[in-house]
Amino acid sequence: MIAIVKYDAGNVLSVINALRRLGVTEWELTSEPSRLLNADKVLLPGVGDASVALGCLRSLGLDSVILSLQRPVLGICVGMQILCRHSEEGDTDCLGVFDTDVRRFVPGEQGLKVPHMGWNQVEGLNSELFDGINEGAYMYYVHSFYAGICQDTIAKTVHGVPFSAALCRGNFFGTQFHPEKSGSNGARVLKNFLEL
Amino acid sequence: MVAKRIIPCLDVKDGKTVKGINFQNLKEVGDAVDLGAFYASEGADELVYLDISATREGRKTFTGLVRSIAERIDIPFTVGGGISSLEDAARMLEAGADKVTVNSAAVRNPDLIGEIAHHFGSQFIVVAIDAKLIDGKRTVFTSGGTIPSEKELFSWAWEAQERGAGEILFTSMDHDGTKSGYPCEVFSRLCGSLSIPVIASGGAGSMDDIAEVLTKGQADAALAASLFHYGEIAIKDLKEYLRNRGVPVRL
Repeated sequence: MIAIVKYDAGNVLSVINALRRLGVTEWELTSEPSRLLNADKVLLPGVGDASVALGCLRSLGLDSVILSLQRPVLGICVGMQILCRHSEEGDTDCLGVFDTDVRRFVPGEQGLKVPHMGWNQVEGLNSELFDGINEGAYMYYVHSFYAGICQDTIAKTVHGVPFSAALCRGNFFGTQFHPEKSGSNGARVLKNFLEL
Repeated sequence: MVAKRIIPCLDVKDGKTVKGINFQNLKEVGDAVDLGAFYASEGADELVYLDISATREGRKTFTGLVRSIAERIDIPFTVGGGISSLEDAARMLEAGADKVTVNSAAVRNPDLIGEIAHHFGSQFIVVAIDAKLIDGKRTVFTSGGTIPSEKELFSWAWEAQERGAGEILFTSMDHDGTKSGYPCEVFSRLCGSLSIPVIASGGAGSMDDIAEVLTKGQADAALAASLFHYGEIAIKDLKEYLRNRGVPVRL
């Protein structure tokens, strides 16, 4: 069973649709701690404001549940950011799984457009999450905040500054890009995660 | 480096795609979901679906269509046409759209931009601007380019950004449908004055026109409809061409 964390932080439909396209039939959207603890894989999507997302997670008492998960967990976009130490978005203390902080892109610096929106390349791929994905493959991004490079970085992307395109520590994975919107490359990343 | 995007636009009426020449004389060209899937497989970076249905039933059909698109298509897509309230935007989000474009309603009620951005994030709202040169002023038009407003292109685009728009989609009505190229100097000024991405629309007649607006015009993305619909330009060929011209594209 694949569990998608239900915590009212944005649109989970695109993730559900991506699972369906991969032929996954055994999935559920849940905020039940026992269901999350027993799931084979847990997906933590997230759209919008990190402080709001984390607030939703905490109000449901799911922050400690997420941290205690033993099976593979994949945080997507803001779902990845709230697994970092701290976010500048709303000056938020996050869950501290990944050993890095989340900062804001500074618009206008070297003509930098913010949000970082569109397709950009992943490099330095260093995880089974990227099996079958070429160096320099394009993934789809939409974000204004980024996680810095750290020892948990398993892929990086450059938008003015290099940042963590994906992170991994133990059973926790995170992607800043949206695998559910990244065409066949993204589908492969999701498939790789589901096959871990 | 973030790639320049190529975005086919599909005008939808009562669930079917159409394309207007200068916003009039609509001509039907095909099934909206199939066509979108085809473009995605050809290398389109995003899709835009504009609902031009005039009726309530047509709008209902469109919401169902958005659901089908979201199920099938694995690249981002934007929907627009008649989005005039937070509820309209919410309905599109729930159906699975990645972004909405707001045009006339934002001109009439600029607060709508902030409301949508606040509830669903700036990434969810693209402000579309149709403008035409009148007495030296780039006048913003509403209602499918039929009604002139008091607003002027550059100041309105800036205001939209400040109110929370995530992108600007600009169509020069003087060029739309003419296939004579984009007004690159206008795009260059627009892109230079904004910190959010700008999508160029209306006027492309060749691959060179698209290359020009993405380089000289500094646009972040190019949107076109008939060029792709009638097979005049294949997206794959266009991207090869752009890459050879040194434009960063996803291939």
